[in-house]
Amino acid sequence: MTDLSRRGSLVIIDTDRTLKRGVFYVIEARLRTMMHWIFSLLTGSLLNPFFYLASLGIGVGTFINQRAGSAGIDGVKYIIFLAPALLSAVAIQDFMGEVVFPTLQGFKWEKTFFAMNATPLTGRQIALGTYFSSLIRTIGSVVIYFAVLVGFGAVDPARAWPSMVTSLYAAACFGAFMLGAAAHAENDDLFLNLMGRLLIMPLFLFSGTFYPISSMPLPLQWLGWASPLWHATELGRWVSYGHHLSGSMIAIHFGYLAIFLVTGLLWAFNRFDYRLSK
Amino acid sequence: MITTMAVAIAEKRIGRRGESVYSGRAKAVLERSYLAFRSSAWIVVLTGFLEPVMYLFSFGYGVGKLIGKIEVAPGHFVSYAAFIAPALLATSAMNGAIYDSTWNVFFKLRFDRVYQGMLATSMGPLDVALGEMAWALIRGLAYATAFMIIVGLLGLITTPVALLAIPAAVLIAFGFAAIGMAVTTYIKSFEQMNLINIVMLPMFLFSGSFYPLSIYPGWLQLFIKSLPLWHGVVLIRSVSLGIVNTSLIPHIIYFLVMILLGLFFTTKRLTQLFMR
Amino acid sequence: MQNEELIVAKGLTKKYGDFTAVNEIDFAVRKGESFGFLGPNGAGKSTTMRIIAATLTRTSGQISILGKDPADRGPEIRAHLGVVPQQDNLDQALTVTDNLYIYGRYFGLPRKFVKSKIDELLEFAQLTDKRNAKVESLSGGMKRRLTIARALISEPEILMLDEPTTGLDPQARHILWDRLFRLKEQGVTLLITTHYMDEAEQLCDRLMVMDKGSIMAEDSPADLIKKFSTKEVLEVRFGSDRNSQVSDQLKTMCERIEVLPDRILMYADDAELLLESIHRASLHPLTSLVRRSSLEDVFLRLTGRSLIE
Repeated sequence: MTDLSRRGSLVIIDTDRTLKRGVFYVIEARLRTMMHWIFSLLTGSLLNPFFYLASLGIGVGTFINQRAGSAGIDGVKYIIFLAPALLSAVAIQDFMGEVVFPTLQGFKWEKTFFAMNATPLTGRQIALGTYFSSLIRTIGSVVIYFAVLVGFGAVDPARAWPSMVTSLYAAACFGAFMLGAAAHAENDDLFLNLMGRLLIMPLFLFSGTFYPISSMPLPLQWLGWASPLWHATELGRWVSYGHHLSGSMIAIHFGYLAIFLVTGLLWAFNRFDYRLSK
Repeated sequence: MITTMAVAIAEKRIGRRGESVYSGRAKAVLERSYLAFRSSAWIVVLTGFLEPVMYLFSFGYGVGKLIGKIEVAPGHFVSYAAFIAPALLATSAMNGAIYDSTWNVFFKLRFDRVYQGMLATSMGPLDVALGEMAWALIRGLAYATAFMIIVGLLGLITTPVALLAIPAAVLIAFGFAAIGMAVTTYIKSFEQMNLINIVMLPMFLFSGSFYPLSIYPGWLQLFIKSLPLWHGVVLIRSVSLGIVNTSLIPHIIYFLVMILLGLFFTTKRLTQLFMR
Repeated sequence: MQNEELIVAKGLTKKYGDFTAVNEIDFAVRKGESFGFLGPNGAGKSTTMRIIAATLTRTSGQISILGKDPADRGPEIRAHLGVVPQQDNLDQALTVTDNLYIYGRYFGLPRKFVKSKIDELLEFAQLTDKRNAKVESLSGGMKRRLTIARALISEPEILMLDEPTTGLDPQARHILWDRLFRLKEQGVTLLITTHYMDEAEQLCDRLMVMDKGSIMAEDSPADLIKKFSTKEVLEVRFGSDRNSQVSDQLKTMCERIEVLPDRILMYADDAELLLESIHRASLHPLTSLVRRSSLEDVFLRLTGRSLIE
């Protein structure tokens, strides 16, 4: 047996540096884990928009365009109407998934957050690291999705590229909220079930994704107004093809989403510190 | 030597066909699902049938406003909601069965080792396969019935024959549960589990659920017609329109074949895994 | 009837491709005895257990369990056995009581009979006040006891325990050993695999020492020690570097020595005396310990390796 070379933690660890840069170490750890899945992530990111656009954009679109004629939906062809909504939906879903699953894993399934916390890393750094690694991943999905949209002729890249930014903004806002929620959840099974059925699904279906929100009965319209996806979609349609938005509505959309960002991060910081020291 | 009761029970089956794979105790496995269900959160069960209902409201009414009526047979137009409702029932039968027989089975197989425990008793792998699938069917039956009640309340049922959609949904669920469980017994990692989702999504989107297949080129139509969900959609859509005749037989046979193949491979693979 | 042989194996072999997990072993387990397989991980203990449990088919050789061949009488043989696997496979979705109940149902036992057994089994496993708890809330020791109680629901002739106390704290181990003694007193035949020598000494009437798929020795724990070791052992430490330097000199002072990475074991019938002679020779060990020989020493002698590496 060879002897360990040893200088000691007092020499080799720069505590000031870890305090300052801890977030980056967490991001590195998360991205390394993601790389194991890179094939799945990429095929998912490519195939998902392809299937939705081919099926709903072109298939359903054929029937809708026939009936709408030259007036179009919101003044444009159906696939163009649909594209910004799908982009925002996928951004929000991917961001959500990439904070929720690692957080449940970190606190419950594999307890990796407790291992991180046994090093100088703090709860807040672990929360932010998880958050920013999700942001990086979502940027990837959004760019791929946008490219597929361009391929289908569903967006004009020169004009619509800012819709990537508005989608990411909405995803980053709501993702912060979900980070707090996932850190709060003690019953993982229940949380995932309810998230899927009472959050993701209704968000996707009732946020004016597939038709103008005004064609729904009033009570369902309220659901849309509360939904971050609707606010993201409105902004996306505004920058993509000139969907009409007044200045005050633009401010409301950005502002409403910002509420999720601020409350979400505060909630997450609080819950991470609490659960790591419980 | 004292013969304990468990031995006497096992010995009663000596000489029957398939005694090494089946002990006539699938109902014990089913009872296990019931016990687990009893202690699970009611809201998870309750919300399980929401998915097709939400699609029905969102697409039936929202997209329906943009599309108008759909021609299902020459000269026969129905509202868009009535067009997609049968497809959504078929889809939810598929999704429910697939979820039960893939993710749930995967965890019991690889992590909780539930089947290992079952197969250490005098039960056989076919008991396990049948018992697990039976649960998926009962759940499918409950969800299909709930969905039909909602569809009925919305005035989308025009003929009593449409109630046959419920047994049809159970048949579809059985077929998918059998194949789903068979496939899952071969799966080793989460990454492979994700492939199931990649197969399921296009099947859902392209099987003529949201619009008639007629807009596709011929080769694509042929491909879609080879997929199980298309057969399920046609089966339920036909009975919903009051059509019951020999044209349904191939669709029924399709699902019967899925069930037999699924049972065969599940039994074979469970034997391989736990009782080589 | 006391010497009736419940399990008889001759030339039992299991191969996985080129790898031989169990290599032509012979053994017999008598009714009412407590029979142990002792060996390190990978010795072939669990494989042998699974063949007996009729959940793994042998490659060659003969085995009969209660006169039946597991290859074609699997369900009947499993009806005689209570199986406690190495890793608990309790049903996480069910409560303690439901775990017992449903397992009885898997054997096809009538509801009424199973329900009447649950209370006594809960008491036996000291889990009466946990009866409605979910399995995941139980401690490791409780889970093990529940797994054993579950295996007993069919009143099996033979109880098979694969590494029953691995991962348990000392107190939980003693509670479990006590429960197993009681079963033995009731005439249940116990089949145990372990890599803990103290457990083998405590629990087993007869032991089969296994290594690399073969049987190294078979006897009662006391006789194994008598046969393969001295009465006492002296353990000395000189520090990592000096252990090997002094070993040649030490060799001359006793019957046999074993040089391990961290310490030297010296075998003698009077270890105190041996220690005095070491001091007289001005070899001053950093630490020294006099103890009785154990199965660990038997294993070391038989295989040249220690049990837990």
